[in-house]
Amino acid sequence: MSKTRTIKVGHLARVEGEGALYVTVKGTRVEEVRLEIFEPPRFFEAFLRGRAFDEVPDITARICGICPVAYQMSAVHALEDALGIRVDGALRELRRLLYCGEWIESHMLHIVMLHAPDFLGYEDAIRMAKDHPSEVDRGLGLKKAGNDIIRILGGREIHPVNVRVGGFYRAPRRADLVPLVDTLEGAREQALETVRWVSTFPMPDFEQDYEFVALRHPSEYPFNEGRLVSNKGLDIAVRDYDEHFAEEHVAHSNALQSVLAGRGAYFAGPMARYSLNFDRLSPLAQQAARTANLPPVCRNPFQSIVVRAVEVVYAVDEALRIIAAYEPPEQSAVHAEIREGSGWSCTEAPRGLLYHRYRLDADGAIADAKIVPPTSQNQKAIEDDLRRFVEGHLHLSKEMLTVRCEQAIRNYDPCISCATHFLRLELDRQE
Amino acid sequence: MMPRSLVVGAGNVFRRDDGVGPAIARRLRGALSCDVLVHERDFVALIDDWQSLDTVVVIDATSSGSAPGTVWQYEAHCRPLPSTFSRSSTHACGLAEAIELARVLGRLPARLVVYGIEGRDFTQGEGLSPEVDAAIDEVVRRVTEEVGTHA
Repeated sequence: MSKTRTIKVGHLARVEGEGALYVTVKGTRVEEVRLEIFEPPRFFEAFLRGRAFDEVPDITARICGICPVAYQMSAVHALEDALGIRVDGALRELRRLLYCGEWIESHMLHIVMLHAPDFLGYEDAIRMAKDHPSEVDRGLGLKKAGNDIIRILGGREIHPVNVRVGGFYRAPRRADLVPLVDTLEGAREQALETVRWVSTFPMPDFEQDYEFVALRHPSEYPFNEGRLVSNKGLDIAVRDYDEHFAEEHVAHSNALQSVLAGRGAYFAGPMARYSLNFDRLSPLAQQAARTANLPPVCRNPFQSIVVRAVEVVYAVDEALRIIAAYEPPEQSAVHAEIREGSGWSCTEAPRGLLYHRYRLDADGAIADAKIVPPTSQNQKAIEDDLRRFVEGHLHLSKEMLTVRCEQAIRNYDPCISCATHFLRLELDRQE
Repeated sequence: MMPRSLVVGAGNVFRRDDGVGPAIARRLRGALSCDVLVHERDFVALIDDWQSLDTVVVIDATSSGSAPGTVWQYEAHCRPLPSTFSRSSTHACGLAEAIELARVLGRLPARLVVYGIEGRDFTQGEGLSPEVDAAIDEVVRRVTEEVGTHA
């Protein structure tokens, strides 16, 4: 005789977007895991068709309220590829600096407001802040340092409007960036303290044999450039993305799930970046990882909160390096002749790879656009994690198992607003 | 010293009626003596500077099931917002959560007034429903009085 119990826990408040998770358990086996994402199908890809190429950075910046810089960066690099221009020197460095701001801001939001409450047993950050006000204040202060970079460089904080194909509308003077130095030096200390703080959190024992995919650059920790590599043999140019990655439509989701063709799920995001690029981190960030007992290759997704904190140390460090060496460029943008063509780009959004591909008409209008956000890339890996995690933790109470499932989803910092709004979790346990 | 005020129109212009906050902010920009911002991003960023302000006015869309175009007004420095503000927002942290966080951390401005305009359509796309568009004049008038009174 089989007994069915359904647990409804309302929407998953600390994941952005619209969606639901269904887990069906029969005896000791997980029968089914379905992460449903109600993505209004490809609104922006259709919206972009026919628009002038130079409108694209501002339009795509509005796809995600959390990572507008990532959308701009993938857009301009793909369009520059199509137009056959290359942005180097100070302009290239400024783009890295802008990305540092977004990583700091987005990672700190996730660490303090969204993920830490899971580890410390609070329903939300507001309740956590009552008991840990100084840690939350420190996190928000650090986050503000990221906002400051974006405001000064991006033109305004709301969504950066200073980025354009070829560079910037206006390049900052040295004097514009100098006020950031004091802020960032303070932020560096706060970032190190944050690494120490999150490294004391209780970590579920859950290592998995993932295929990590991230950008890899000859000398830098990756933001905007590099080859797409994995720990299982993938090593391709970004323009070959479509030959190696496929998007599968799954019946339960409006969103498309990305897979590595012939191989299946893969893992993108901070833990993949870190594990494939530990040697490219700054010495201080490497030291912070060692102090936190974080191995150079990390396979426990719950430790992604520590990895994010280490990446914040790196981003602050890198921002300080860029500002110290900054000499304004002679021109704020590289000129591009309009031509017909196609271009590809992957950049490292805070939560993982963000792929853009555009085809331009001879008059510079968008003929075709393809955008694959990090959450789509990780969706299959999230489902796989939940299946294995639930199977290994059926001894937990229903309430605790539900809390842990939410925590496991948040390991990926899924920004479902790129794709969606509220996530609802239903655990159907058949005994 | 002059009292400091800030008006914020919150929302995403690509989510139809969610764009009513930004639409009102655009109307108010230049007409008021204080700063007027459009805010499409997480509200946690918004609370950074609240402590130094006397009056903050936030305008956002709501989705409570009431008649589209209904205008709500809340004195948020006194009490939490109703839960419709955490549900209706497509932003990183809902407005209600950001306000409660500011309250816990002692970062609320002296006066925090929130206007909610009930939306009908939050699907992806541009443009406001007629009922929502019709509510704009009323909110513009009330915010102008609010900031005029307190700034």
